[in-house]
Amino acid sequence: MSFTKTLIDGTNFDHKGLNALQKVTLRAVVMAFLFYGLVAIEGMIMRLVEVGPAAKGIIPEQFFHPEHFFSIMTVHPIVGIFGSTYQLVFGAFTFLVPYLTKKPLYSVKLANFTWLSITIGTALAWIAAFAWQYAPLYTLYWPLPADTEQFSIIGGIVFIVGIALIMIGTFGFIYNIYATIFARVGVHKNKTTKELLISGFGIDGMLNLINKLRGRPPYTKEPALALPVVAIFRGTVDTFLDAVVILGAGVLVLVYLIADLGGIHLNVAAIDALLYKNFFWWGLDLVADGLVLIYVAGSWYLLATLITGQKLFMENVARAALMLELLVSWMVWSHHLLGDQGQPEMMKLISGEMVTAFELLTQGLALFITLVTLWKARPLKMTFELKYLLGGLVGFGLAVPAAIIQADMGMNRVLHNTQWIIGAHVHIALIVGLYMTLYSAVYVLWPLVTNNTELWSKKLANTHFWMHLIGGIGMGAFMGMAGLDGMMRRHLYVNGEFQTDMILAAIFGAMLLIAWAIFLFNIIMSVGVKGLVGIFLPAKDATSSYGLDPEDA
Amino acid sequence: MIFTSSLELLSFHWVAYTIYATIIISVIAWFGYNLTREKAKSVVRIPFYWYMAFLVAGGVGHHIFTYNTIPWVSQDIGRADIVPDATYKFEIKKHVWTLPAKKITVQCGQTIKFDVTSDDLIYGFGLFRQDGSMAMQMQVNPGSPNDILWTFHHNAVFDLDSTEYSGPHMYDHEGKNLMRIKRFLEVVGCDNGGTK
Repeated sequence: MSFTKTLIDGTNFDHKGLNALQKVTLRAVVMAFLFYGLVAIEGMIMRLVEVGPAAKGIIPEQFFHPEHFFSIMTVHPIVGIFGSTYQLVFGAFTFLVPYLTKKPLYSVKLANFTWLSITIGTALAWIAAFAWQYAPLYTLYWPLPADTEQFSIIGGIVFIVGIALIMIGTFGFIYNIYATIFARVGVHKNKTTKELLISGFGIDGMLNLINKLRGRPPYTKEPALALPVVAIFRGTVDTFLDAVVILGAGVLVLVYLIADLGGIHLNVAAIDALLYKNFFWWGLDLVADGLVLIYVAGSWYLLATLITGQKLFMENVARAALMLELLVSWMVWSHHLLGDQGQPEMMKLISGEMVTAFELLTQGLALFITLVTLWKARPLKMTFELKYLLGGLVGFGLAVPAAIIQADMGMNRVLHNTQWIIGAHVHIALIVGLYMTLYSAVYVLWPLVTNNTELWSKKLANTHFWMHLIGGIGMGAFMGMAGLDGMMRRHLYVNGEFQTDMILAAIFGAMLLIAWAIFLFNIIMSVGVKGLVGIFLPAKDATSSYGLDPEDA
Repeated sequence: MIFTSSLELLSFHWVAYTIYATIIISVIAWFGYNLTREKAKSVVRIPFYWYMAFLVAGGVGHHIFTYNTIPWVSQDIGRADIVPDATYKFEIKKHVWTLPAKKITVQCGQTIKFDVTSDDLIYGFGLFRQDGSMAMQMQVNPGSPNDILWTFHHNAVFDLDSTEYSGPHMYDHEGKNLMRIKRFLEVVGCDNGGTK
């Protein structure tokens, strides 16, 4: 087959053969990877600015101006976390929950609304930064988002409306997932809501452990929900709470901006900045230390069992740990406020240090269970899904201890707000830990959601793996080193003050960008341009489940 | 072992974390290699409870270690009861510092209280050496106390800078940081080893 024909038609992908559930899953995934590319480009622009004057011939002069630079920095995490990561995770779980519970999805229409709402919301936030240079950063520290001396009111309103749409889309996803889990149809026909709730919170796993210690028979031999569904259920609780908080902050900003537009200047000092910071970080941290860690643990368990075809090692402990993470994730936000002297010392000590250190335990446990499950099933073939899963384990193996080190009153004094945080912790956690795990899930789900479409090139897939892994670790490492040298994360350096670290970070960052282009090219060659467009056309088959008998579906 | 400056602490941290990162990458790589082998045997058996005990010890031990080796931790917690050798008050409004003096000179070993207030936005307060490395920082929130005690053990000249982003007006159009006060604080009187 000629190159052009493959580019247009793909390998053997037939979008007309996809059902409604497969299509809505793929739509979210496509948008997620397009936004990922945008984020990678934004990241490279900022990195090149910080290389200094030597980069002035490579990127336009305007990027060196603070208004432009910080508007990119504002939307970079919005597009990355919500436009890309949320969409990818939501898309995957929208498919996985019906697949694992052997029930139809509650509503395909709602799933379509979810990806559309998040896509439009992300685009609006991006436009607000691009057109009006609205740049309060994703932290939205009060009262900066309502500072109309520095920012355009219209830009602010468009930005907040964008964020609100993302959160509304998120509520749509949450409703769909819970409505599917609690639907008493199929295998759950005879289950009560109480049984499903007990299983969803991992209480059955804990009761099984307690009964075992007391020499009694297990509470249940067959938990109502599969372990990955429990993780999705648990993580979604935090997804809901963080959406409420972010939406609440958005409404507050919107009230001030609209009042300003009407000529009424509300007093920004009426809102206590430190209290707001606590409220906002409580919610925002539920993304990082709540849903991400729980979703990732659940994904590791799912991938380990699918790759090995065996039962998960210590499943009851894993279930109970997911419940424990519920409490941990709600109590750790103060590690973001260790540099705030008005924050009570006891909150710094208990929430910021001690409870946060517990995450070493919960994530370490997930790593242990996953590794032992894989080890017990050896020899295994080094498939793409296994390779990416191991990459994901490396990512969190690096990033979680980096966070625990930083969540300390002594270390925080010299690390807070430096590039160490965003490089060695955040970027390695997201790019290596989370995305490698998600790529593993993509390769596991690929035959299911594309009806066994042949991947165009395994060599390219392999190249993508190595470039993404090395690029991700390398970029995070050199950003981290710059942080140790004193480079701040939310500063503009136009004179190449940390040039060597930034050049090295840019080289590895370029590897990430190229890796993404290779991955995208391979996927387009597999599904073809026609197929890619076809994903967005209405499905002829309205089935909202996968692998069920037509009667059950 | 006591870390008397951020340079010592961050150098130690760099070495320790690099060793850890090398180990964790190597272990997973070795693990992945052995997953594919027919006759791979466990080199070491790690009992589950020992592993969990190791994680608990790591998480808690880290804080105990830093509390006992980083002097500014206990100083920070108990700062209300410590009488400083000098107190300097700062104000920030519309990205402009109101400084207690054009330049401050501190004698080696002196404990200084920096008391900063913001009239509008969230800023930061940080001291940076001439090589760009950071000595310390804190957040500066409007409407809350923002005070820190710091004891200087090494001769150095520090720039003052806001360590928190407070909007693009913190810079001029060409990207020059308007809140960076060059060579604002100088520590004198220490010998080469970092003490009096």
